[in-house]
Amino acid sequence: MRTCTVLLSVCVILLFFQGTMSEQGYSVGDYARDFELKGTDGKMVSMADYPDAKGFVVVFTCNECPYAKAYQERINQINQDYASKGYPVIAINPNSTGEIEAETLDQMKKRAQQEDFTFPYLADETQEITRTYGATNTPHVYVLAKEADNKFKVAYIGTIDNNYKDADEADKHYVREALDALMDDQPVEEAKTKAIGCTIKWKQA
Amino acid sequence: MIRVFCFLTLFFTSFWGWSQEIPSLSFEELHQKIRVDNKDQVKVINFWATWCKPCIEELPYFEALSQTYQDGSVKVLLVSLDMEVDRAVAFKHKKGLQAEVVYLDEVDQNAFIDRISPEWSGAIPATLIVLPDGTEKFYEKKFSSQEELNQTINHLLQLN
Repeated sequence: MRTCTVLLSVCVILLFFQGTMSEQGYSVGDYARDFELKGTDGKMVSMADYPDAKGFVVVFTCNECPYAKAYQERINQINQDYASKGYPVIAINPNSTGEIEAETLDQMKKRAQQEDFTFPYLADETQEITRTYGATNTPHVYVLAKEADNKFKVAYIGTIDNNYKDADEADKHYVREALDALMDDQPVEEAKTKAIGCTIKWKQA
Repeated sequence: MIRVFCFLTLFFTSFWGWSQEIPSLSFEELHQKIRVDNKDQVKVINFWATWCKPCIEELPYFEALSQTYQDGSVKVLLVSLDMEVDRAVAFKHKKGLQAEVVYLDEVDQNAFIDRISPEWSGAIPATLIVLPDGTEKFYEKKFSSQEELNQTINHLLQLN
């Protein structure tokens, strides 16, 4: 009986890894899954909680990465500019697994208060959502367009703009341009970009 | 007063001296260095930053590699992607790095990530190996041991 249980557990674990490890993440045009993750106010947040949203700016970001810090103000500004137009920001911390002190929900809460985050900041403790989306860096943005039946089509994947050092010097604002295109019913011209960012700290298996 | 002045002068010139030791390169200059100049060398180009923990962990393997091939047949180049060059300079001094360190001074990352390798997501650590025949191998990972890095290089050298 005991052997059986062990075998079964091994099978379940293998299946789990097959499911997660073979996952390459979303491409532009794919449909993104919803999630239910805990935010800094202790409440669970899903995209389904926003019945009036036309889409979302899902940002994988964290507390400690210098790039994440360099962009936090810009992320806040995007939310302030686009949430009222139907495209709110939802930030997800992929490093909040409990293994890194600086990335715990408590620390996230402090950061959200200090920086006056106007968007939910959620902890992906199991990293399941991060893996499914295929995020590799922080910050890593997925702009989603909501279709009928609560389906979320990926319209843009990548970085926020083309100058991580100085927002004022950036002349390509990829996320804003993607959102503006969605609002105008136009195709997103640059739908995929890359950026140097901090590698997501994957939980040790 | 004079002492203080001397001290300050020394203090600042030492910093100035430091920053002279890591050249800031544009992507074009880096490209020239790794793909056009000294084509007879095997070039091992490691992209790192002081804030990147796994990068710091594997850096000693690259440092040791640079010491192994003092004949110049294998060239190790550590490319810092720090936000400020000063951080890389301070780190280089603290660790006494002997391998060549350069700073990539580019703010538009989309302009160069794909030109290093289309396979690169932009996450670091990442390593590019350029062989004399122009073949390139790209690794978006942390080398877990000296042995793994050495074996990778040896294998490529044998193939070439």
